[in-house]
Amino acid sequence: MNESLHLWLIPLLPFVGFLLNGIFASRLRKGAVTAIGLLAPLGSFLLVLNAVAASVISAPQTCAQCGSATTSVAFPYTETIGHWISLGALQIDFSLVLDQLSLVMLLVVTGVGFLIHFYSVGYMGHEEGYARYFSFLNLFLFFMTVLVLAGNLLLMFVGWEGVGLASYLLIGFYFNKTSAANAGKKAFIVNRIGDFGFLIGIFLLLANFGTLSFSEIAAKFGPSGGVQLVVQNGVLMLRHSPSSLPSAGILTAICLCLLLGAAGKSAQLPLYVWLPDAMEGPTPVSALIHAATMVTAGAYLVARTHMLFDHAPKALAVVGIVGAATALFAATIGLVQNDIKRVLAYSTISQLGYMFLACGVSAYAAGIFHLVTHAFFKALLFLGAGSVIHAMGGEQDLRKMGGLRKKLPVTFWTMTIAILYAAFVHGASGKILWFLGLVTALLTSFYMFRLWYLAFLGEPRSEQPHRHATPFSMLAPLVVLAALSICGGWIGIEHFADYLIPSTGALPSVVSAANPPLEFLLGVLAFGVALLGWYIAHVFYRRKSDRPAQLAAALPAGYRILANKYYVDEFYGATFVKPLFAISKYLLGWVVDTAILGGLAWLLAGIASLGGAILQRWQSGNLRSYAAWLALGAAAVLLFVLLSSSWPHLDFAIAWRGWGLR
Amino acid sequence: MSFLHQDVPLSWYLLLSSVLFSLGVVGFLIKRNLITVFMSIELMLNAVNLSFVTFAYQWHMVKGQIFVFFVMMVAAAEAAVGLAIIIAVFRARATLSVDRIDLMKL
Repeated sequence: MNESLHLWLIPLLPFVGFLLNGIFASRLRKGAVTAIGLLAPLGSFLLVLNAVAASVISAPQTCAQCGSATTSVAFPYTETIGHWISLGALQIDFSLVLDQLSLVMLLVVTGVGFLIHFYSVGYMGHEEGYARYFSFLNLFLFFMTVLVLAGNLLLMFVGWEGVGLASYLLIGFYFNKTSAANAGKKAFIVNRIGDFGFLIGIFLLLANFGTLSFSEIAAKFGPSGGVQLVVQNGVLMLRHSPSSLPSAGILTAICLCLLLGAAGKSAQLPLYVWLPDAMEGPTPVSALIHAATMVTAGAYLVARTHMLFDHAPKALAVVGIVGAATALFAATIGLVQNDIKRVLAYSTISQLGYMFLACGVSAYAAGIFHLVTHAFFKALLFLGAGSVIHAMGGEQDLRKMGGLRKKLPVTFWTMTIAILYAAFVHGASGKILWFLGLVTALLTSFYMFRLWYLAFLGEPRSEQPHRHATPFSMLAPLVVLAALSICGGWIGIEHFADYLIPSTGALPSVVSAANPPLEFLLGVLAFGVALLGWYIAHVFYRRKSDRPAQLAAALPAGYRILANKYYVDEFYGATFVKPLFAISKYLLGWVVDTAILGGLAWLLAGIASLGGAILQRWQSGNLRSYAAWLALGAAAVLLFVLLSSSWPHLDFAIAWRGWGLR
Repeated sequence: MSFLHQDVPLSWYLLLSSVLFSLGVVGFLIKRNLITVFMSIELMLNAVNLSFVTFAYQWHMVKGQIFVFFVMMVAAAEAAVGLAIIIAVFRARATLSVDRIDLMKL
């Protein structure tokens, strides 16, 4: 049984949807737009399910220990559509790779993606540009699936850039709003900084490995990575892999470059600034792109190229440090934000930091596990927030909400599940750097329950124009995602990690915890800390709602720093944006453009018009002067011919003919 | 070709041709009346015709004589068009002085 899984159809379907909705936007009826926009991701999702079925049914005995069980669809399953670049020894194909890692990722992308498409039908129903919205959303799905399925880094880069483009288009969806247009630009430009690193990493890889294919790179490191145990003449020996491997320094450089790309896409320090602003886009977009899928591409990249990071421990340490710092940093900002979507945005950055932290201690499977569960509950939180905003008639300020529990019961209960999940379950990662993990868990729990209390409990703090009833298409995804969140927690990290071992390697001992009492203690601590966070939030926002104001008054400097997000935007503005603008305006604009280029243009124009002014005098309009010049010219030609024939050493004629021949 | 007497040397024909041509050039340059200018052009054409015929006779080649027919034909066409233009100009401007017909001035 050697059936093809037709992986190429998975990206193609959303692309067709994008083309149809994009080209015929104005001519299609709304129902047709909805049908195209929904069928494309649904088709992709069904194809992914087909791949899951093909891999699971035919390999019932696959388990952690016997990952090499006979399967009809053996992982990694590669599908090469054609050659892309063929230059000497360099061969880059359009190859799609399906293994445990990309399968899990695909399930999330297409599954959550479909749910959010479905949700959008209700949420965007009253908006202008409905077809444009769906075509962009499908475009995003196309590029995201390309990114996930890519069998080499270059194809992945195509998807990588493409999701950036789709993200830009969707953040700036309300392009009439200056802030939205600016947020789109900011996201795109900050991502470009990361992409620059990614690109340099790709070039370094190409120069040092001669290939960009994941499987070939992995093969260079050998089955046990650099050092192999071999039996030679009956003696067990350590043998180093062929010395074609680049030095550790080069590997570290490659990994750091890739990390820069990953940090840009996944909104890690120092490139996280675009994500909070990206909340200007429609809320389902925030859920899909800026919470569940695209921003996790960075963690996916690190897990995908883990064979490189495994051999560059320094770079891996940087990954961990960046992740840990981001997790803590973003969580503190999240404490005081008042915009419901911004709270969730900082929470997302913080959770992405957790993923990087997990990858940084080579617990790639843990990182991916967190990625998946995060995709579920964060998409749920964003969609719930969207439902709240929808019901509030566009109001996003938490301080004006309150008492929404009765008005939006389904949203309330599903959001509660997600908040509980966010506050309690991700303690698994807390094992890694326990102190940091505990602090962040406390902060996470606090701001999550703060949101919960402010939005849903208590009394309404402003008159709420209940403009839109929440339609079924918005409630159904909430319920499904809530169920998925519960399932994700129920499966648990151990089973999940076992499944991922073939493509990400086993969990390191730090995480798989050889010390049960300590692990239990940490688990209890994490739970206790989360409860503490809940309690503080309860005291602050349920019992004495003037307490936060008192605290802010008691610590004015601290509050101001947090409320202004550590002044990072201002810092970047002063150090990068303003100097760049100054250079662009004065050096490039005035000196290069106006003085040099403009001066050159003026000079050429001046020469031409001066010549014209002089020659213009000939054009007197006097017929007889024309005739005189004509006669003079004829006489000159005659003279020239006579002279050249009667005075041969002048050689005019020969020279003349020579030019003509040349 | 009996009218070209053997005793008349080649150079005389050429001299006559160049004198006629120079008269045409001078007339073209100094006369102000458009019709006179036009006649000067005709004079130049006919001077060239004369030298064509002369050389054709001298070298016993018929090409030169055929060329003369072409020139005459073009001259006839030119006369027709040119005179029509002159009449049109006169009707429009009531003058034939080339110094006052200077619409082409920049």
